[in-house]
Amino acid sequence: MKVDRRSFLGLGLGAAAGVALSPVGAKLTDDSSIWTQTWFLTPVPEDGEITFEPSVCSLCPGKCGINVRKITNRPVKVDGLEGYPVNDGGICLHGISAIQYLYDPSRVKTPMKRNGDTFESISWETAISEIKQKLGDIRKSGSASKLACVSGDDKGSVAQLFQRFLSAFGSNNFYTMPNLESALALTAQTMHGEDATIAYDLENAGMILSFGAGLIEGWGSPVSCFKANASKKDRGSKLYQIEARLSNTAANADKWIPVKPGTEADLALGICAVILKEKMFNAEYAQYFGGNFNKFAAMVQNKYSVANVSQTTGVPEAEIAKLANLFVKFNKSKSVAICGRGKANDAVSLKEFAAVHALNCLVGNINQKGGAWILPQNEYLQFPDVVTDDAADKGLSAKQISTSATGFFSKIKATSKPDIEALFVVNANPCHNLHDAKYITDVVKQVPFVVSFSSFMDETAKQADLILPSHTCLEMMQDLPSGSGVTRQVVGLSKPVVDPVFDTKNPGDAIIELAKSFEGSIAESFPWDDLEGCLSEVASDIWDTLSEDGHVVVSDKAPGSLPSVDFSFLAENPATAALAGDNNEYPLILIPIDNMRVAPGAQASSAFAVKTVADTVIKGKDGFIEINPATAKNMGIKDGSEVKVTTPSGSVVVRATYFHGIMPGYIGMVQGLGHDMNNMYVADKGVNVNELITPVFETGSGLDAAFGSVAKISKA
Amino acid sequence: MKQNNKQAHKFGMVIDLDKCTGCGSCMVACMSENNVPVKEDESDKKDSITWMRVYKLNNNKPFPETEICYLPRPCQHCSGKGDHGHSPCVSVCPATATDYDYSTGIVSQIYTRCFGCRYCMGACPYHARYFNWWDPKWPDGMESYLSPNVSPRMRGVVEKCSFCFHRYQLAKEQVYYDGEERIEDEAAYQTACTQACPAGAIVFGDLNNPDHQVTQIVKPNPHPEHDNHDVVGKSRNPKVFRLLERLGTNTKIYYMSERKWVRKLGDNYLDGEWEKADNHHGSSHG
Repeated sequence: MKVDRRSFLGLGLGAAAGVALSPVGAKLTDDSSIWTQTWFLTPVPEDGEITFEPSVCSLCPGKCGINVRKITNRPVKVDGLEGYPVNDGGICLHGISAIQYLYDPSRVKTPMKRNGDTFESISWETAISEIKQKLGDIRKSGSASKLACVSGDDKGSVAQLFQRFLSAFGSNNFYTMPNLESALALTAQTMHGEDATIAYDLENAGMILSFGAGLIEGWGSPVSCFKANASKKDRGSKLYQIEARLSNTAANADKWIPVKPGTEADLALGICAVILKEKMFNAEYAQYFGGNFNKFAAMVQNKYSVANVSQTTGVPEAEIAKLANLFVKFNKSKSVAICGRGKANDAVSLKEFAAVHALNCLVGNINQKGGAWILPQNEYLQFPDVVTDDAADKGLSAKQISTSATGFFSKIKATSKPDIEALFVVNANPCHNLHDAKYITDVVKQVPFVVSFSSFMDETAKQADLILPSHTCLEMMQDLPSGSGVTRQVVGLSKPVVDPVFDTKNPGDAIIELAKSFEGSIAESFPWDDLEGCLSEVASDIWDTLSEDGHVVVSDKAPGSLPSVDFSFLAENPATAALAGDNNEYPLILIPIDNMRVAPGAQASSAFAVKTVADTVIKGKDGFIEINPATAKNMGIKDGSEVKVTTPSGSVVVRATYFHGIMPGYIGMVQGLGHDMNNMYVADKGVNVNELITPVFETGSGLDAAFGSVAKISKA
Repeated sequence: MKQNNKQAHKFGMVIDLDKCTGCGSCMVACMSENNVPVKEDESDKKDSITWMRVYKLNNNKPFPETEICYLPRPCQHCSGKGDHGHSPCVSVCPATATDYDYSTGIVSQIYTRCFGCRYCMGACPYHARYFNWWDPKWPDGMESYLSPNVSPRMRGVVEKCSFCFHRYQLAKEQVYYDGEERIEDEAAYQTACTQACPAGAIVFGDLNNPDHQVTQIVKPNPHPEHDNHDVVGKSRNPKVFRLLERLGTNTKIYYMSERKWVRKLGDNYLDGEWEKADNHHGSSHG
């Protein structure tokens, strides 16, 4: 057959028209998309009745009310609880992620015992009896004081049962991780001589003068602070933020005043000096000022003149005088000064807290609406006296090794003979969260017997000899007192909203069980069957309301009387703790950055939280330092390039990210990263800034006051 | 059904950027509510599925004049030019996998219809749409927290913010059950991000309902703008703006800020254009 041009074209066009008009092409495309679908691999969540269960979140010191949505018995979503006196419906991203912590890949599923470099599962009975055995031996050898405990805090019955166990056993060595609450209590003790805490009525203050407190970085009770901050525009209230870096709080403030970190106390005392010099202090409240007030007034005017303070802090002289005037002027509608850098759970210094509190005292906002409230400690737990025997009395007569957790670890390493034979770690991760984390890890390794009560195989649990895994937040019953600067003293009751996913226990139940396994005075000190039985007795005043309503408001009003003020501590002009290391060798200063989206506490960030983190904080596995472009360009460091950061404590390779908002000469690194855990979502991402910071101890208080570290960087 | 008739809702949102703290609660509330999976590495933000994403803006000035601001970006639920319901994505979808609902103003996404051509992603001016390059994975046990109200998606389909449409459906069921016909109560239907925001920066409601807070803040102009007939619903509040407003996409997410530089970043202005646009509101606060 002859194919001419005409028939070729005709055939071609015919074929084209045929293909275009026939459904085959479309059908094939459709089919290919249908047959390559993988819906069968996609889970179909089971349907069921929707119910809500209220509870209280225990993930941070905020202790917010939560409302857990469940489908049949599965929790599927965590919302904030409307009407709860701390957070009234608001919730942070970590609280929402509580459902992920339930199934976190790094959870410890059963009690574990160390076997060389690995762990093996054991039963709860074996675990408890092994601890009993070990502790019994220590006690028999007459060294009861060689048991120590590091806890996240000392509030609530669980922490107090651990403290009680130590007392009954015969040890004073109970330590809490650095936290705002203890700094506030120490300040109240120092300035008012009272066993009290300080709370700030932020939602009614006309002006907040914040010395680096990260009101929206997670300071205090985060959601409560978010709300106070959000309402400031409507209330016509002002926020002045004093810190070296443009944090979210600084960006959200009415004014940001950059200051050299570590000189906040100087600035506060400088402002005090102006107020005193201009006689702008509250004459009425001055009647309550103790004997050393005159000495203090003379000292600050002498040592903290505007010129001197401007030199130290880098804040212009005019600005200091203006701040003093504004602070006094706004006090008509109450101005309040707060401090504690970022989340305030890292380095704190008593001098700084006292100096800032002196401002509140001078303007007389103490126990006023919108001011600073000196609240008696919330003592809703009335434990019976601990029963002790001779071994316990002997142990309790020994001196506490240090006043802070960091101090404790630094002292026990220094001695050749072990000061500590056994260590309990509950609701804390010191091997990651304390300064000089690698060193702390080495110290923990040397402790002969370490028991971790962690829910997760975290850095500290990895060093343990035994792990008694705890329930997570949603599986656990416990009382949770609000604290951390909140004026409303609330006790919340967290309830198990789901059956334990793994073979874990409430650490409160575990410690009661352990105590009862001993004979004699230790068991006698723990006459309860479990935590619930204990709570219903020791919190009997509020237990009925607490168990019925889920929370009790203990007080929400300012105390009627005014406390006296003791300026003796400040009048001595205590020294400011300087960073360790040589400024010539290390010309830069590294400061940790608190980022609301990264959890720096006992729990590492959830998968959800890590997902929200910017790609200038984590990129792949790489971490970052923030650097001012001016500083970086001087050193030839490009945006996004790799740099080696060296401090006296160690050296890491990270990437640099330019940020105009950080003071030239400083570099910042986000806190809470660089976890060494079996959890692909958080593990090995970024570096742990705590490994780069050397603790420095404040004379007197013994607190770790290292706000950062001297550092140098070079191109990697 | 025309969306401006009396029976139709027109759900929208106004976000106060001066209140937003960039805390990320909205992002996580959204992920948890809508069964959004998490990959091992989510630092490549181009393929990290975040229906709600919070951007960090800055004024690009050196220390210490630097300022930053966070901008949460859900799907903008565009009503399209002239408010006729022709959203950029809906107009290009060959599978009717995404559609404009005239009775709510919500741009839907039907995962089982989507065959992954991603035209909609190309058309969306706001990068609000995400493609599933992989099948979602949940580690052992984590599937137990998935909500039955939202279907998990397979690889090869596009997903995006739905204004928590399942919450609308639940609210509607409740309203019918109570013997009423229409959701009038603002609180009856709220998105997960609105509910979660601890700063109260997000206000969500019906822009057709004058009693709803969102309408009172935004004060949308129901008439087309004189100089650009494509633009309808422009806010009469000088502090309120929409993203790339002059495109005429008529988004239903409004943003509010006292800060001029923030408002200016809402669109790409040529020299001199911003001053005109700003004055057009009859105000120069900021």
